[in-house]
Amino acid sequence: MLLAACGGTGGTASSSPTSSSLSGYINVFAAASLTASFNALGISFHQAHPGVGVNFNFAGTPTLLAQIEQGAPADVFASADTTNMGKLTADGYTAGTSKIFARNQLEIVVAPGNPKGIKRLADLAKSGVIYISEAPTVPAGKYSLQALASAGVKVTPKSLETSVTAVISKIELGEADAGIVYTTDIQAAGSKVQGVQIPAANNVIATYPIVAVKGTKYSDVANAFIDYVLSSTGQSTLETFGFLSAS
Amino acid sequence: MRRERVPIVVLVPAAIGAAFFILPLLGLIVRSPWGDAFTALTAPETVEALKLSLLASLSATAVGLVLGVPLAWMYARVEFPGRDWLRALTTLPMVLPPVVGGIALLLAFGRRGLFGSWLDSTFGITLPFTTAGVVMAETFVAMPFLILTVEAGLRSMDRRYEEAARALGASRWRVFTRVTLPLIGPSLFAGAVLCWARALGEFGATITFAGNFPGVTQTMPLAVYLLLETNQEASFILSLVLLLISLVVLVGLRDRWLGSA
Amino acid sequence: MSLEASIRLTLGPLNLEMALTIDEDEVVALLGPNGAGKTTLLRAIAGLVPFRSGHVTLDGKVLEDTATGQYVPTERRPIGFVFQDYLLFPHLSVLDNVAFGLRSRGTPRRAAADRAVQWLDRVGLKSYARAKPSELSGGQRQRVALARALAPDPRLLLLDEPLAALDVTTRAEVRRDLRHHLASFQGIRLLVTHDPLEAVALADRLIVMEAGHLVQTGTSAEVTERPRSQYVADLVGVNLLRGAADRGSVQLVGGTAVAAAGAESGDVFAVIHPRAVSIYRSRPEGSPRNVWPGRASNIELMGNRVRVRIEGEVPIVAEVTPAALKDLELVEGGEVWLSFKATDVMVYPA
Repeated sequence: MLLAACGGTGGTASSSPTSSSLSGYINVFAAASLTASFNALGISFHQAHPGVGVNFNFAGTPTLLAQIEQGAPADVFASADTTNMGKLTADGYTAGTSKIFARNQLEIVVAPGNPKGIKRLADLAKSGVIYISEAPTVPAGKYSLQALASAGVKVTPKSLETSVTAVISKIELGEADAGIVYTTDIQAAGSKVQGVQIPAANNVIATYPIVAVKGTKYSDVANAFIDYVLSSTGQSTLETFGFLSAS
Repeated sequence: MRRERVPIVVLVPAAIGAAFFILPLLGLIVRSPWGDAFTALTAPETVEALKLSLLASLSATAVGLVLGVPLAWMYARVEFPGRDWLRALTTLPMVLPPVVGGIALLLAFGRRGLFGSWLDSTFGITLPFTTAGVVMAETFVAMPFLILTVEAGLRSMDRRYEEAARALGASRWRVFTRVTLPLIGPSLFAGAVLCWARALGEFGATITFAGNFPGVTQTMPLAVYLLLETNQEASFILSLVLLLISLVVLVGLRDRWLGSA
Repeated sequence: MSLEASIRLTLGPLNLEMALTIDEDEVVALLGPNGAGKTTLLRAIAGLVPFRSGHVTLDGKVLEDTATGQYVPTERRPIGFVFQDYLLFPHLSVLDNVAFGLRSRGTPRRAAADRAVQWLDRVGLKSYARAKPSELSGGQRQRVALARALAPDPRLLLLDEPLAALDVTTRAEVRRDLRHHLASFQGIRLLVTHDPLEAVALADRLIVMEAGHLVQTGTSAEVTERPRSQYVADLVGVNLLRGAADRGSVQLVGGTAVAAAGAESGDVFAVIHPRAVSIYRSRPEGSPRNVWPGRASNIELMGNRVRVRIEGEVPIVAEVTPAALKDLELVEGGEVWLSFKATDVMVYPA
């Protein structure tokens, strides 16, 4: 009988034994762009550790930060950028050091069939194109501004949404023509939207760190989850959802 | 004058209920950074959001009056098939989650909406992401308050005054403007104020239907929501401002809620 | 010039069927008990109540006719209506109230105000022009209501229980003023009342209504001297019997024959004043032909008289002095004999 990982190191075990002495439940506060992938990770983590429950709270990263600092019961925090993670650490809410678990890159999102014929970043400024963005405080919003700046494109978004998922929703509904989100978001939305690639020269790589939150009741479960995300199983799951590997 | 003792069974829950509302207000007052209050309040984004909020909420109230008073009149005075259903429908936004209202507005007036797509293809007009869209969202959630109050006022007024006016030769329009409206004045006023206060505080429908952009669609509640992430303490101050405005309005109304003169 | 109306309508339990013609040289009062339909009829003439069939014509012009479908809305009828509660607009000053009818019909503000002041002067309330109705007494409000109705020079003046809302002392004084104003008004005047004193004091002709139908019409003298319904008989305070006359006697429905000098033939009413009825404890002898036994069911003191209601073959009300009552040792339920002379019975055709 293999010993179950109990706050152990980065997992070498590719399939954990079904019996596990881990029990408890954790709340994982994760950036909106991690919705699909983390839901999948949550399911397989629970299958590996049946005595454990995982609840997810997905929202724009700054929103999650505000919630944690106001006392929301988070055990794990997965951020869409290092800036917000840095703030949380500096304010003393983290336990242990954060680790990068995934990377992402930007892609333009449009309606299926690309009716407005968007081919490059410059097309976002075309008249007749309704472009929306995330608010600058949201990591994706910040990166969008960087990408546009590097391509020398000047365009004013019609709305500053609170998360990438809000942007995708508006594209799906047909209210807006284009936005800039992560590759993973476009993959998760499936046939409801279409992506237009941004060349590497203008693209921005987002790094996603994850950390355990201080004062969590089930720190062993929290750390086990983080280890799972960083394990090869976790990493390959993330890759199927379109994330770039952590290194 | 002898005052009767309030029974404990009433006093204790009432006190708890009161505390439920008083404590958040106290929390805001205590945690607000009064030193930075001035800078927070005079920051250009704040001023812009406040101006937009006032403009949009007053416009929503105006629309509410123009469309709501005739509706209230129909509900109070005219028997027509389906009246109860229509009244329920136009009161629905009061109990609906505002975001749901926003989604419904998108499906009707958005670019691909039932009516919105026609607007777009015929006139090139789109309503989301515009200030007009904000006014629409606010009107949607706030107008039911006005309709309800005015209808109650119309039902409780003595209609014989209208007969007296007619017997004196007043046309129906004159009866309405010179007799009916003045007699329901208090209800009309209360309804308009409630409508305005609700419009001022609207968030969910606004951000869903109209979006969020400073100067165009970023009203005070939206600004506060976003400030919560960037400058928490500034958001406290602005929340307090919004809360105090609403409080003053409601205190001013006192007991002139639903009812007649 | 006259008002001519024939109206059939049903409103709740009331089935109304009335026809009337009123000239401008007489003040007419609609008199009847509560629920008779008097106010409903007035409102129907004003166009405020729809009716099933009939017509209303004023000065030869059709205001409403169900046969042709014509209908002139209330606001275009040249009428003045004084409501029972006056219904002065509470948010307007007394002056603006009085000027309302003029302004509604297009009179410019200045001219309307001038005329309103004139009218207020006529009813003696010029100094109250700026006051609000709530500041006035009942009697003052009645006068403002009258001025308001008359200021636009209507052709037809309708008054619904004009004095009902006033207390007894004010009523007498206001009645005098109202009589004076009605006399000087040069149009058709129709008022509604349940108070016979009011009707007699203000009107030249009475139209008595009961349960939506006409019962009697005539001058106040005619109506009170020759009542044709129990209601009017009760108002006037006389005994009313009905039966078939046959040379000197009237055969009542129950079979009793009442000796009545002057009864010839045909269907007749017979009126006996309570004063003419005498009460005995035992069967009296003497000349009176009408003698019956009965039981005193109700004894009522009215000032310096006593009214005794006697049940029996012929229910009669008798009037005696309190002293006489004492002498008779009569109490309610006591057995009595009543009598009255045939010459005291007034008979007229039904």
